[in-house]
Amino acid sequence: MDANTPLFSYLLQLGDNALILGHRLGEWCGHAPEMELDIALTNIALDLTGQARALYQRATELDGQGKPEDDLAYLRDVAEFRNVLLVEQPNGDFAQTIARQFYFDAFNYFFHEELTRSNDAWLSGFAVKSLKEITYHLRFSSEWVLRLGDGTSTSHEKMQTALDDLWYWTGEMTTPSALERQMAAAGTGPDLQQIKSSVNDRVNDVVSRATLHLPTGTWMQSGGKEGRHTEHLGFILTEMQFLQRAYPGNEW
Amino acid sequence: MKKSWPLWEVFIRSKSGLDHKHVGSIHAADAEMAIENARDIYTRRNEGVSIWVVESKHITASDPDDADALFEPAKDKIYRHPTFYNLPEEVKHM
Repeated sequence: MDANTPLFSYLLQLGDNALILGHRLGEWCGHAPEMELDIALTNIALDLTGQARALYQRATELDGQGKPEDDLAYLRDVAEFRNVLLVEQPNGDFAQTIARQFYFDAFNYFFHEELTRSNDAWLSGFAVKSLKEITYHLRFSSEWVLRLGDGTSTSHEKMQTALDDLWYWTGEMTTPSALERQMAAAGTGPDLQQIKSSVNDRVNDVVSRATLHLPTGTWMQSGGKEGRHTEHLGFILTEMQFLQRAYPGNEW
Repeated sequence: MKKSWPLWEVFIRSKSGLDHKHVGSIHAADAEMAIENARDIYTRRNEGVSIWVVESKHITASDPDDADALFEPAKDKIYRHPTFYNLPEEVKHM
């Protein structure tokens, strides 16, 4: 199978979202505000890394060249990554991490719910399994939006600032790229226009219960799905890929 | 000093039909968060099917200084153990 087939690229895009967000959450290891959160965040990081691995494995399987899935994670450069820009944004403070997670989880939940109906048997099986993990991720991040928003005046302010700051990275998730339109038309991937209102309703519901509000700005940043990334991704890859770049083929 | 969250005791049922067993404690701001923290910390290796949490302050514990009065008297009363009965052959697994 040609490495540039739409399905191959689609698997990579899904894997990249999971891998990069998982890496970001992993950066909290040893630094979270509470020991319990340290474990919670790295648990989610491991779920996401596991999802990325499965997707990359499937991609290399289709590719049929016998390359390990690690090549996809560790030997591609910035412009070859297809993750949305939201997931590569820095951790910031805890509220920023929660806002990023919540926006992504809300999208990811409805995306995978729809992906369970994919006509690609592997993808639908993957979605069924992942949806259980993502359901918990959304529960975790929603609970924290509620707690921080409806907590002290300081936590409320920080949570509101985080929702505001990350807002313009959110539109990209539900705006279909040419590839996503193609996958939706083929019945392989979700129609993003179709899940958009479910995502928005869920986000609105949690945010309003948290006594917070969503920004009204409609201009959205984009580019990740085409490989145009923010400066942050290069720094992530530098750290994440260091070992394979410095010691090619190294295993442990 | 940082004000920390209250302490909660965690009980996990490892599979249906078994009792919840005390597995440790965690910090959490409220009961919902305690369940989530307990889930993340104590069930990540497939240890359980059900979680109970109770705020540690609600547990009343016996005083270690009372141990002699509370527990010593039971030590020499072996007749309270059902070890003096001759079990019929047919009864197995006792």
